[in-house]
Amino acid sequence: MKRVGFKMTVKKDQWINLSFVFGVIGFIGIANSFFDEYTIRILNNIAIFTILAVSYNLINGVTGQFSLEPNGFVAIGAYVTALLLVSPEAKQYQYAIVDPYPFVLSLHANFVVALVLSGFFATCLALVLSFPVFRVRGDYLAIVTLGFGFIIKIFAINYPEVTNGSLGLNDIPEFSNLYWTGGIAIIAVITVLNIVNSKFGRAMKAVRDDEDAAIAMGVNTFKAKTFAFCTSAFFEGVGGGLLAALLTSISPDLFDFFFTFQLLIIIVLGGLGSTTGAIVGTILVMGGSEWMRFLDEPMKFFGYTTPAMPGLRMVVFSLILIFIMLFAREGIMGKKELKDLFKGRKRSAK
Amino acid sequence: MFMQQMINGFSLGSMYALIAIGYTMVYGVLRLINFAHGDIMMVGGFLGFFGVAVLELPFLAAVLLAIIGSALLGMASDRIAYRPLRSAPKISLLITAIGVSFFLENAFNVFFGGVPRAFPVPSVLEDILEFGGLTIPVSALIVPILTAMLLAIILWVLFKTKYGMAIRALAFDVDTVNLMGIDANRIITIVFGMGSALAAVGGIFWVVNYPSVDPMMGVLVGLKAFAAAVVGGIGSVGGAVLGGLIIGFTEVVVIAFFPELGGYKDAFAFIFLILILLFKPTGILGIDFEKSRF
Repeated sequence: MKRVGFKMTVKKDQWINLSFVFGVIGFIGIANSFFDEYTIRILNNIAIFTILAVSYNLINGVTGQFSLEPNGFVAIGAYVTALLLVSPEAKQYQYAIVDPYPFVLSLHANFVVALVLSGFFATCLALVLSFPVFRVRGDYLAIVTLGFGFIIKIFAINYPEVTNGSLGLNDIPEFSNLYWTGGIAIIAVITVLNIVNSKFGRAMKAVRDDEDAAIAMGVNTFKAKTFAFCTSAFFEGVGGGLLAALLTSISPDLFDFFFTFQLLIIIVLGGLGSTTGAIVGTILVMGGSEWMRFLDEPMKFFGYTTPAMPGLRMVVFSLILIFIMLFAREGIMGKKELKDLFKGRKRSAK
Repeated sequence: MFMQQMINGFSLGSMYALIAIGYTMVYGVLRLINFAHGDIMMVGGFLGFFGVAVLELPFLAAVLLAIIGSALLGMASDRIAYRPLRSAPKISLLITAIGVSFFLENAFNVFFGGVPRAFPVPSVLEDILEFGGLTIPVSALIVPILTAMLLAIILWVLFKTKYGMAIRALAFDVDTVNLMGIDANRIITIVFGMGSALAAVGGIFWVVNYPSVDPMMGVLVGLKAFAAAVVGGIGSVGGAVLGGLIIGFTEVVVIAFFPELGGYKDAFAFIFLILILLFKPTGILGIDFEKSRF
């Protein structure tokens, strides 16, 4: 009897997830034909940040390794995609600081190849970095990854032969649309969920909950951490590529620590460790930051007009982050997923 | 040329050292990387600017205002943001610290503008002394001397007073300290006050040497100072000073002798940090905090 019950719940979970996926696909179809350009742009942003947040959550929330490096991987992805998509003719005019290396000019590929290579290079870098990074734990790991993210940005500034320095790359063809961003977001979510529910996922959670105990139980913690780090880097690279093809111009300043901060507030708001939470957090933060645009503009109080205050949104966001940490540390979803919401009270209490 | 660069390196290193002491002391008692520490240094610089340029106070009074204001801010950040999380996982504390850091940066950005403002340096500090071919700005001479004096005071407090004993005890075992009838929270507040006051002094030195203030100036300096604290050995005040000097010297010397590496100057601190964590995680003069991981 018990076994039948177990099978039933698995089926139900799949139905919930499947209907959710089809809901999203349907929504993308409707959005693409009915919504205006501004709304579609926000939805594109939400889709890209879903990819980034869900994969960032894999290393930070699920594996518990407090990496502050996604800005670095996103930068790698964005630059690889940009270098491959900008046509050689367009490149000729862009390099204003120094002449580029000849091979940079000849680089050209289509969008799919560019995205895959973006993810590939980010993964390779993550693999190399995992050796120094995972020799330390906890807050040291945070600082080391922060340092690497910073170094990547410094390289982007100081290699004008490839990256055009602080001027960045322009005229990137705008390939990203809702089908690309939304489709890859769905793939990223499904991949991450499958990893979380696999043998590797259990090892990752074991590392998060008690690393020493996990080692004692024979879990290869380095392997689990590296796997999470590389997977998350892959999707961050792809997300960076999509971002470059959405924004059409990139520069090193785009990828400073502020970028990581945005992702951090997303996964903290959604609930560290919950993939559903990462998606909910993305929608709230990206949507909210559009909605809060009025804060940056002049406001009228009782006939008195306050001056425009660009950046006030960020003050609000940092306060939100502090408040979540002080009063609602679990975030919105805690460690729960979508399927847990449909379970009876009895089960969730257990 | 060489002596000249040594003096510059000593001056820059002293500034890093002053800020690194705050990191190392807070880490010692709370095991927290206080991300907001660099921004408290920025606030110190801003208060100094405010005192001199807006309130038109004499320079020393403005410095005093900066020190007191920053110390109060540091203590307030502990009271409001960190104290409620004493028993929470360390990662929550770290995220909160990042939040406080972003709050300070953006609040100052919104209310005072992001454009760097020129700092009116008092003319005494702008004088240039000449010793047999060496040209030394007075400020480059005063910074290391004042740093040494402050270091002496800190070491005296830490090793000769009751409060210092409590701070050192707290670094080893919080529970036992509480059992001994010491109010750990009060000691932690004092540590935040001391660290922030030093950061304010560092901030004033910074704005005198690079005469401008802007809301983001604390980010990079703060991170480098943290790297200095780790290189020297986190938890050790002497180590923080040593680490600060090492990083300051490296930056100055490498740029003076290998100008083509100038663009990478900001990366040196992190490269040092990564190397030291790989080969000697406790730092040069460090205490082994191995028991205290989360």
